[in-house]
Amino acid sequence: MKINDVILRTVVKGVVFIILTLGVYLFFSGHNAPGGGFIGGLVLGSGIVLLYITYDLETVHKKMPFDFKKVAAFGVLLATGSAIGSLYFNAPFLSQTDGYFNIPILGEKHLTTVTIFEAGVALTVIGTLVTIILSISEDE
Amino acid sequence: MNNLIVLPLIIPIITGVILVFLRHSIMLQRVISTITMITVSIMSFILLEIVESEGIIRLDFSGWLPPFGILFVADSFAMLLVLTASIVTTICLLYAFSTIGKQIETMFFYPFILFLIAGVNGSFLTGDIFNLFVCFEVMLLSSYVLVAIGGKKVQLRESLKYVLINVVASWMFLVALAFLYGTVKTLNMAHIAQRVAEVGQEPLLTTVAVLFLLVFSLKAGLLLFFWLPGSYSVPPAAVQALFAALLTKVGIYALIRTFTLMFPLNQDITHTLIGVMAGITIIAGCMGALAGRDVYTIGTYNVIIGVGFILIGLAVGTEAAITGAIYYLIHDIVAKALLFLIIGMMVYLTGESVIKNMSGLIRNYPLFGWIYFIVLLALTGVPPLSGFVGKILIGQGAIEAESYILLAIGFASSIIVLYSLLRIFLASFFGETTISFEDRKPIPKGAYGSFIFLAVTIVFIGVGAESLSVYVKDAVNTLMNPSVYIDAILKG
Amino acid sequence: MESLIVILVGILVSVGTYLVLSRHMIRVIVGTAILSHAVHLLILAMGGLKKGVVPLLGQSEDGFTDALPQALILTAIVISFATTAFLLVLAYRTYKTNGTADFRELRGISDE
Repeated sequence: MKINDVILRTVVKGVVFIILTLGVYLFFSGHNAPGGGFIGGLVLGSGIVLLYITYDLETVHKKMPFDFKKVAAFGVLLATGSAIGSLYFNAPFLSQTDGYFNIPILGEKHLTTVTIFEAGVALTVIGTLVTIILSISEDE
Repeated sequence: MNNLIVLPLIIPIITGVILVFLRHSIMLQRVISTITMITVSIMSFILLEIVESEGIIRLDFSGWLPPFGILFVADSFAMLLVLTASIVTTICLLYAFSTIGKQIETMFFYPFILFLIAGVNGSFLTGDIFNLFVCFEVMLLSSYVLVAIGGKKVQLRESLKYVLINVVASWMFLVALAFLYGTVKTLNMAHIAQRVAEVGQEPLLTTVAVLFLLVFSLKAGLLLFFWLPGSYSVPPAAVQALFAALLTKVGIYALIRTFTLMFPLNQDITHTLIGVMAGITIIAGCMGALAGRDVYTIGTYNVIIGVGFILIGLAVGTEAAITGAIYYLIHDIVAKALLFLIIGMMVYLTGESVIKNMSGLIRNYPLFGWIYFIVLLALTGVPPLSGFVGKILIGQGAIEAESYILLAIGFASSIIVLYSLLRIFLASFFGETTISFEDRKPIPKGAYGSFIFLAVTIVFIGVGAESLSVYVKDAVNTLMNPSVYIDAILKG
Repeated sequence: MESLIVILVGILVSVGTYLVLSRHMIRVIVGTAILSHAVHLLILAMGGLKKGVVPLLGQSEDGFTDALPQALILTAIVISFATTAFLLVLAYRTYKTNGTADFRELRGISDE
């Protein structure tokens, strides 16, 4: 059965970018304001799920050829990797560090290793969320 | 600060995640998971040695000092269990290699085993009660997957029940945590213990303690074991063995930790309750084991009897009884793993689970039969095997504390254990064979290896109880004197 | 304020319990989700509801709030998210293989 989803497709084309941008914004704002890896990941993940709902599996899969199970695994690896990185510097497990760096064009920025951890969390959440939806929707 | 402590948790997680990427190269998965578990076992042994010589060590995550941050604490009790759990998991992996089948192996079997052991080790090591909840969940989520792995009809049904029971139990855990936090405003176990000791264990705190008792009883299968026989008999044999060996033991560990460290003051209520629950658990477990017709039922009810028996040690609470409980805990992890591996192999060899339909296994597989006999003797508590020391010490403790009813129930249960296991032995191992020697299915070498390793461990724990006693004594010292633990955390 | 929240927790728990006791899988799963929301609110109420700023040095002189309950709740939310997701997939698979989403009908189904 083919449903007429012209409106959905047209709206999603624009909306998906807003959702993804919001997800990225929430992810980066998480350091000192509400937001963070989990919430950013949820928003990004729901954006991707929206794409899957609007267009069929094959179309989206052609553009985003990821195995989302592996995305989740990579996220966990990134998070745990940043956590045990501190062992190398002989600091307690999970220790994080930060600093101010001068980056060309952007100027002085506050960079922290927490961001790596958060990126891991976000990837895990995206991977899990999409995997759940796909594993239910893949069979008829 | 000692970063070694976190390795039993983090190494399995990292390699487990790496194995997700190697989904289809089964050989590599096997090698990596074995190396991981052997490494973890060696690490735990080194840690045990360090703890024994230097006392309790702790690791404050990212440098937040207690009571503010999350921390891992290694004392002898925790390390002994981590070591035993890691060794048993290594051996169960060996069994899984030769029996589990390609289909399940590509379904992320090894990653989930590693996550399971990470959760188990984390639960033993953590020094923060909320972190205990998180580690429980890591362990439980992987166990949910492992119950359902393979996706047979009956597995799916039992896993749904198992998951729902545990979700409700975890929910109660959170409720207990909320009330605890509302009352003492801290989650660090040592700090809780200190504050409870300062204000005295008022009725509200005792209520919280009883709530914790309920939660951990559900996990340990103490009295609230109605979910256990069903869900433990459906997964593949290697998983069954791990569950029987480890999952209930984590609940028992949590019970012992909670009621020796955090809420030891109102023993009239809590420890009496534990005693009554342990007694009823043993009696009900015995009934189940006597009534059972198939190997799974008899096996799972024996797990329940074991849980009740260990908790007699906690309920009695004297030094001898706690020592016995620790010995018996270690013994039970190894012996139950072996029992379930053997049961799994019996079902694999004959295609039957009802004991009457199997016969004469010992003629075709003499060594296999005698290994079963060893585990039978060990579980009954015959010297010099591993169950003996624990049983005698718990008995001694019960006599010291004059709780003769528990003593009687405990030792009567030994006879029932002997009877129920002997029934399997007589019906399934002795008698005429139904399959001729030439037509018999061979037992895979890996499986034989795992039986022998576990049997040797059982004999070692029994004969070499003396060499373990240094560590056990240290563990008991910490459990009997909570101030040792508290000082190590808050004054270090 | 605390008593209001606790009453709300009570209502949620009773709703959740009612749903958990029903026969349909999806109702039971929704019930567990509602139960977990209830306990999150309970943790929040137990931590004490007050106005204040973040407990950071140099941020303010008066009125800190306890940030810990929120950290606990976030962790608990993540865990209940994972468990609920797993339960939903499991329920779906069970429905697919057994052809029923009713617990009472599930009972009779044997191995083969």
